[in-house]
Formats: sequence, structure tokens, C-alpha cells
Amino acid sequence: MSALTVTCVTKSYGSTPVLTGVDLRVPEGGLTALLGPSGCGKTTLLRLIAGFDDPDTGTIELDGRLVAGPDRSVAAHRRHIGFVPQEGGLFPHLSVAGNVAFGLPRRQRRDGGRVGELLGLVGLDPALAQRSPHQLSGGQQQRVALARALAPEPSLVLLDEPFSSLDASLREETRQAVVEALSASGATAVLVTHDQAEALSMADEVAVLRAGRLVQLADPRTLYRSPRDLDVATFVGESVVLDADVRDGLAYSALGVLPLDRDCRDGLARVLLRPEQLRLGAPGAGGPTARVRGVDFFGHDARVRLQLPSGPTFSARSEGRDLPSAGDDVSVTVVGAALPFPVTGAVPIPDGVR
Amino acid sequence: MPRGPVRARSRLRRTPVPLVLAAAVAALTLLPLVYIVVSTVDVGWSGIRELVFRPRVGELLWNTARLVGGTVLLCAALGVGAAWLVERTALPGRRTWHVLLVAPLAVPAFVTSYAWISVLPGLDTYAGALLVVTLSYFPFVYLPVVAAFRGLDPALEETARGLGLSGWAVFRRVQLPQLRVALLGGSLLVALHVLAEFGALQMLRYATFTTAIYDQYRATFNGPGATTLAGVLVLLCLALLLAELRLRGRHGYARTGAGVARTGRPVRLGALTLPSLLALAVLVGLSLVVPLGSLGTWLVCGSSTDLEVGALVTTTGTTLGLAAAAAAVTTAMALPTGWLAVRARGRLTTLLERSTYLGSSVPAIVIALALVTIAIDVTPWVYQTVPVLLAAYAILFLPRAIVPVRSAVEQSPRLYDDVAASLGSSAPDRLRRVTLPLLAPGIGAGAALVFLAVVTELTATLLLAPTGTTTLATAFWSASSALEYGAAAPYAVVMVLLSAPATVLLSHDARRGLTT
Repeated sequence: MSALTVTCVTKSYGSTPVLTGVDLRVPEGGLTALLGPSGCGKTTLLRLIAGFDDPDTGTIELDGRLVAGPDRSVAAHRRHIGFVPQEGGLFPHLSVAGNVAFGLPRRQRRDGGRVGELLGLVGLDPALAQRSPHQLSGGQQQRVALARALAPEPSLVLLDEPFSSLDASLREETRQAVVEALSASGATAVLVTHDQAEALSMADEVAVLRAGRLVQLADPRTLYRSPRDLDVATFVGESVVLDADVRDGLAYSALGVLPLDRDCRDGLARVLLRPEQLRLGAPGAGGPTARVRGVDFFGHDARVRLQLPSGPTFSARSEGRDLPSAGDDVSVTVVGAALPFPVTGAVPIPDGVR
Repeated sequence: MPRGPVRARSRLRRTPVPLVLAAAVAALTLLPLVYIVVSTVDVGWSGIRELVFRPRVGELLWNTARLVGGTVLLCAALGVGAAWLVERTALPGRRTWHVLLVAPLAVPAFVTSYAWISVLPGLDTYAGALLVVTLSYFPFVYLPVVAAFRGLDPALEETARGLGLSGWAVFRRVQLPQLRVALLGGSLLVALHVLAEFGALQMLRYATFTTAIYDQYRATFNGPGATTLAGVLVLLCLALLLAELRLRGRHGYARTGAGVARTGRPVRLGALTLPSLLALAVLVGLSLVVPLGSLGTWLVCGSSTDLEVGALVTTTGTTLGLAAAAAAVTTAMALPTGWLAVRARGRLTTLLERSTYLGSSVPAIVIALALVTIAIDVTPWVYQTVPVLLAAYAILFLPRAIVPVRSAVEQSPRLYDDVAASLGSSAPDRLRRVTLPLLAPGIGAGAALVFLAVVTELTATLLLAPTGTTTLATAFWSASSALEYGAAAPYAVVMVLLSAPATVLLSHDARRGLTT
């Protein structure tokens, strides 16, 4: 059974449609990421699920129970959904303990042991319990917010871009703590993010939203390897997109003849490669030669920006050692298969032109 | 942007209870206005022409307009200037100056007026009226502007500095726009008070609509003359409200980030330190030292002959009780309106908020007159009882409670409410555990302002207090009207002493951030 089912949900603010028919099934347990660029409606969807707002049409079910529909709207406080907002949203008038215990039944609120347990669950020192929220670091605030959301043992926890305000070093550590706490609690989690790396690394399932609609729901590997279209492909990771002519299951492209990942009808197509599929070698070592336009060095690896004599530009990922310099010529070979996307309505190029 | 109003509408649909309460509050505050309209219709067109289109009304209009305009400009300049000095500069003794600048609120305008005129009898001119009223009312601008300065995110100023703006340009282009809501709110409050001021101007024999209405009422009790003049006064008030609405625009400024805003680095005044200190000293001297000095002198002169301790104690007790009850009732009434005005900003909620301002801007004398008439005609069993008096206080002083409550809501994001709901907290539970604690400083400020106002309220109390109930203000008024300045002084001193703790509380709250 799915923990959360969203069916045909639409929502407009005035004449601006924000969600235009979203269908989403979130399986029980595990973490699903709602990934999309800003303005795609992902936060709106989260607010509808939480019950802070009502959908215009469509239904939302939790554990098979209808909570929002044409004639029904269960109030937010009866949905039993945990919510972790951006920047934590800790109550400024309460201590850490007061915040964590907020959703507990009255009798348990005074129970320091329970608060300590919850702080432990998110990897915080129980000694922080008497602090004020403003005495905590950003990462600690987020963890307290998660502990607060988990305290009433909700079956579903919603996280609204919880890491976007943290700096890089803190973000990684906080993500780890959050993933661990969520899996220890056994709650189903939905995480809203615009950061594809975060979605791919944390989530069990990734739902890609675009312009108010769900485009693809898949596990991270499938999403990265078999995106539904080129937009999704370029959104979830760096891409090398080339024009190609497909004949007999092979793509004839500027980077040579490439095997295909899946069947594709003959004719014009665009093919997708990932930068890490490209290998660079000395000129003449096989494969076409490209000119290095620039190198972005990251330490563990580097992005090499390349241009073919015929014009197309693309990037390759290279290990940190043995990097070429701008202006060098390198040979480019492709490892693995390319993913084809037929160009609809195109006329196949007659033999002999290319 | 189409988002605001529609979000507001869906918010309203989901929260009908505050809306119903706010509508009830607005209906109560509009009651006197309805009374004026009905009476004016009764008077008829020919009656109106006879009563309104005459030189006397033109003279009153000119007197009233120039007093309101002059006072608002002076109060805005003094309030913003003083707030900037206290909040943003490295001036010595800022904490003390802050308390001293709020303190004039503890001295009622009619006491200030009495203090000046009993020393300088030549003050019964426009300049005299302008002086007395400005010195009494500038803290209404000063306080919200101080709070707004405190709520400003210094990061914005630093960004502007980084973009190459000078100090003055930062003030004009970054700070002033953010102070606008507070400045306009404070100015509106000042203007409404000047329109409704009775005691101070009566004592200075400076005729405005309000004093003219009182004289008319005294002469003809409940006559059409008073109500048609009040009709003109209400039109003036309406014009002010519309002007403020247009100038303020639709946007509130909320700091959405969590945590506490940093405080900016104070500006060093250098050679201007001494002139600045001198300016503040003159302001405090005129608004506080002169009235208190004059009062002290009269107390010493008069106490040997006229002081009745028993009467003073009874009167004080009565006043205290009335003020506390009115503060509680009025603040409770302000909550739904102040809340909706921010969280469900839209045509309807703005209308409800404006209705309370409109109702309160009706001069106390007319509110009292309306309540007397309605009580006699409709609910004779409440005539001459405390609830009617409390209703009058609530109608009169709601804006004082709504303005700080609204500012507090403006600066506390709705997020907390949502989070609490997701934690299983029901609407009443959220009100108790999240909303009220977060709004406590704003609510406290509102209650203190109402308490202050009631302790020193004169006009409505004169007409509505149950027979035998004397407050400090009415006792002071009857003595000073009979030119027994010495006998009046003890009541004024007790009024000031009673107001003082609330004033200190107010300045303290503002120090913590009146609106956060």
C-alpha cells in the first residue's frame, strides 16, 4: 500500500496555474524527493499534502484515507503529518526542549527522557535541550526541527528544502543525520528540493516536477540513466547532447558511431551521453579530435570543456591527474551506449549528405 | 500580483471564526457613526444647509485643518529624528533618552495644556495649540518608528552601502521606505487624536470642530447642530484614512528568516553629538519638565488648603479598575482584526480594520452622545452602567491596540502556525501556545496604550460615567474648569503617576522590540 497517493491535483492562485494535474504515489517507508526548478509548484504540492491549503480539484489520500477531495478537507492538525520547513522554523519563544515536545501529548511534554531520546535520534547532544533556538547553528536548528516533527510519530514527514540555507560543509553532515533519523523512525518522508545531487544521493525515489506537472517518478539510477526526455536529462545531471542520424540501431554522430541504449526508429535523433562516458587521449589515439576550451578543476576530478572542429561544444569529466590545458587538442572516445531521443516529424537525411 | 487576495480568500474560508469576531467588533465601532448618519438624515437637506454652510463652519474647518497638518508634520519630524538618534547613533545615554521620550505619554494633553496656560496665559493662539498638542502626541510617531528601526535588517543597509550609497541616501532609499508603515500608522494616530482632542484645546480656547460640538451639545443636548458638525468631522477623518491607505500601499515588510536580526553598528555623530544632545534635551524639557514643574508648583501651592485624601483614594481606585477592564476588553477585541489585516490581507479585511479606525475617529463626545441615546432608546437597562462606558472606551481606543498587534503579526511569519498545525495542535490550542506568546509584546504594548488612554480619558467619561462615579480626569476637570488650579493638581499628579509604570513598560517593550 502506498503511504501517500495524490491524484489529478490542480491548484491555481488567481489566474496563475501552479499545479496542472499532479499524480503521485509515494511507497511506504523510504524517502521520496520532489525535484524541480524553483517555481515548478513543488512547495505548493507539499502545502496541499500537509493541509495548509486545499487543492482546487483532485484528491489526496494518506494510508488509503481520503484527506483532501471535492467535499472533504481534513484539517492540518488531524492529518498527523510531520513538517520540517526551510530554515527550521523553530518557535522563538520556546527552548529546544519546548520545541521538540510541542507535538507530544500534554503528559509527555515534561518528560525530559523523551526529549533526550528524540535529540539523540537526530544526532544531537541532549544537553542542548535548555538552549534557545537562536543559540543553535543552522544545522542544529534543522535537526531540532526534524526531532520536533518526528516526536508525535507521524507516518509521513514532509521536508521543504531543509538544507538549502546551510553551508556546504554542514549540509552533507546534516543530510546524513536526517537520512539516518528518518530510517530509524520508519516514517515515510517526502523531501522537496531543487538540488539534483541532493535528490539523487538521498532519495529512494525521485519525482521530477516541471511546470505544475509530474514528469517522471523513478529511482535515482533509472532517472539518471533513462530520463524521460532531454529536459529531465539535463536537469538531473550534466549532459552531452549531440545531433545524430540513427540507422540500424546505431547513432552516427559527431563523436563517431555510437551503440544505443534502447531501440529507436531510424531517422534524425538527439542522443544523450554523460560527461563521465567520455575518455580523453592523445590526438590520433582513436576517435575524433577536439580542442580544449577550458578546464574547471574540482580536486577529485575536473570538467574539461571541449569543442569539435565542426562547432559543437560539450564537456567531459576527467580524473584530477593528467589534465590537458586550454588550447590542447585531444582525442575523444565514448564508453558505453548513448540514449536516443527521436526528433519528431524530421525527415531522414538521404545517404551521402553526411 | 494576483496571489495575495486569492490566498487571502482561501485563508478566510478556512478561518471563519476570526472573521466573524472582527466583523462584530467593526459593527460595534461603527454604531456611533450609524447614529450620526441616521440623525443627519433626520435633520434633512435644508437643515444641513442651514447648519453647515455658514462662516462659523469655515472658520472651524481652517482651524482644525491647520492644526492637524502642523501637528502631523512636527510629530513626524520629531518622532523620526528622535528615533534615529536613539536607535541608530552612538549618542550617550540612549536608554535614558528613550524612556524620557516615551514619558510624555504619561501626561495627558489636557494636563500639559493646563500646565502651560496656568503659567503662560497668552498661549491661547494657534502657535500655543500647536506647541501643546505636538508635545503631547509626538511619542505616537516615535514609538512605532523606534520599533521599526529595530526590526530593520542591517544586512540591507550594508548591501546598500556596498552599492555605493552615502549615509543619507541609505536613510532615504533603504530605511525610510521600510519605516513607512510605522511612520504612516503613527501619523494617522496623531491626526485622529488632534481631530478628537477636546480638553487641551478647550482649555486653550482654541476652537476646533470637537470643542464646537461640545459647546453645541452643552447648549442644546442631543441637538441636530452637534450631529451635523460631527458629520463634517467624520468626513475629514475619512479623507485622512483614505490618504493613509493610498500612501501605505499594499505591501507589508516581513523578515521571513528565522532567528534574531543582528543589530547594526551605531552611527558616530562626532561634532554633531552636542547639538543632538541639546535638541533632545529641549524636546524633553518642553514635553516633560515644564508640565511636571508647573504641576509640582501648583501641588505645593494648593495642597495646604484643598487636598482631600479620601476622595483622592476612591477616585484613584475607580480609575484603576476601569482602565484595567478596558485594556483587557479592548485588546481582546483588537486581536482578530489585527490578525486578519495581515494574514488575510484583502478588500474585506482592510475594510474591517478601517471601520474600527473610522469608528474611533469619531470624537469621544459624539460616541458618548450616541451611546447615551442608543442606551435610552434600545437597551434602557444598561443606561448609566459600566459596560456602556467600557464599550465607549473600546470604540475610542481600538486603534491603539490594533496598530501594535498588527505590526507584531506583520513581523511573525505564518510558518509557525503551519508548523504547529502539523504537530497536531488545533486552532484554539495554536492560539494559546504559539500565536499569543509570539504576539505577546505587541499585545502588551496595545494593552498598555489602552490603559494609559483610559486613565486619562476625559470627554466620554464626563458623559457616560454612572452617577456618582468620578475618575481622576473628571475630578481634575471640574476643579480646573472652576479655575481651582491648586485643587486640580493632586488628581493630575496621580494620573501621571498611574500612567508612569505603563509608560515605562511600554518603553521597555519597545527596547526588546515592540513588534517582534
